[in-house]
Amino acid sequence: MMIHVTDQTGQEHALEGLEGWRVMEVIRDWGLDIKAECGGAMSCATCHVYVDPAWTDAVGAPSDEEEDMLDSVGDVKSNSRLSCQILCSDALDGLKLTLAASASKDA
Amino acid sequence: MSTEITTDVVVIGAGPCGLFAAFELGLLDLKCHFIDILDRPGGQCAELYPEKPIYDIPGFPIVTGQQLTDNLMAQIAPFAPEFHFNRMVNTIEKQEDGSFRLETDADEIFHTKVVVIAAGGGSFQPKRPPVDAIEQFENKSVFYAVRKMDDFRDQDVVIVGGGDSALDWTLNLQPIVRTLTLVHRRDAFKAAPASVNKMKELVGDGKINFQLGQIAKLDGENGQINHVHLTTDAGDLSIPATRLLPFFGLTMKLGPVADWGLELNDNTIKVDTEKFETSVPGIFAIGDINWYPGKLKLILSGFHEAALMAQAAKAIVSPGERVVFQYTTSSTKLQKKLGVA
Repeated sequence: MMIHVTDQTGQEHALEGLEGWRVMEVIRDWGLDIKAECGGAMSCATCHVYVDPAWTDAVGAPSDEEEDMLDSVGDVKSNSRLSCQILCSDALDGLKLTLAASASKDA
Repeated sequence: MSTEITTDVVVIGAGPCGLFAAFELGLLDLKCHFIDILDRPGGQCAELYPEKPIYDIPGFPIVTGQQLTDNLMAQIAPFAPEFHFNRMVNTIEKQEDGSFRLETDADEIFHTKVVVIAAGGGSFQPKRPPVDAIEQFENKSVFYAVRKMDDFRDQDVVIVGGGDSALDWTLNLQPIVRTLTLVHRRDAFKAAPASVNKMKELVGDGKINFQLGQIAKLDGENGQINHVHLTTDAGDLSIPATRLLPFFGLTMKLGPVADWGLELNDNTIKVDTEKFETSVPGIFAIGDINWYPGKLKLILSGFHEAALMAQAAKAIVSPGERVVFQYTTSSTKLQKKLGVA
């Protein structure tokens, strides 16, 4: 499967994702600017992404715990998600998302 | 007047790898002092996931971050390391005799033969809201913690956040401020329910304002804000304010480590794989903060690094002394140190 990620500078990247991997892990392993401080424990919100509106239904809504974590960044939008909470699957082949400024290593 | 402390080893960072280092150093009779920016041991484990399970610690099929911290504290107790919490090391200077002089932001000076940096992803620091040029207002009219309540007396205060810190300071400051506005992006809070109920009472009584929205921009000059601009579902909103308290939690930054003259690789410290020594002899780096070819950021890697570092540290603190490698299972000498023989 492929995911299409726009980074904080506006550059687009087509990344190969592996079934069952977290989208955060794919973005991190491809070397994009994602901090992912807690490593996927949903304890930091430093893997914040905006899901392309065409994909929000397929990705689903954040859990209450994820919403709580999103409180810790100041650039939340209605399509905000933590990429550690999105699992790669064939149903998400072609997923488009954008890295939030608050996910940057320097944020 | 500064407090001066002399020791064998200063460990910067009291996360799991730093704590285990005290065990390995203790077995070699080296005395440790810890310096940590947090207010308790455990580092990222205790701060980010105290209740979350870890599955890859040898011998523990499952252990939470807090349990691991508690167990490590029990394991190192026989060596009585000393902890200095809520401070950050500002400077490290190498002395002519090869030892080091460390200065903290709490006006302490440490004299030590060995420094071990076990600072994980760096030091925990408050998260900055994504607002342009907020730095110019920090510690003048924008604060990430309340050090002196009197700084907020008779001020127009805006507090941003929905957690315990935001709610606690909303309730604590309300009686002494001129106006107080609590800003949160949604009408759900993760603070203690009693605090949320009390805040809602005060909103109902007109004693504080609650505004749904996110902080977008600050107006002001010479470090003094005068308006906080918000983005809300109903459009942009401007609130007169003389103090801003954003409570977005903590994030990790390399911090002053970057200025200590160590060879770095991105945001990590280069070390060798024999001793985990940095480019400055006598300064070691273990755990997530170090880098070498093949580095895996795992707690168990940090434990291994701590053991090898300790052997090298012993050679620096006690040069010429022959160290016989011993196992805790069979050495009565080690068992006596651990208080079990």
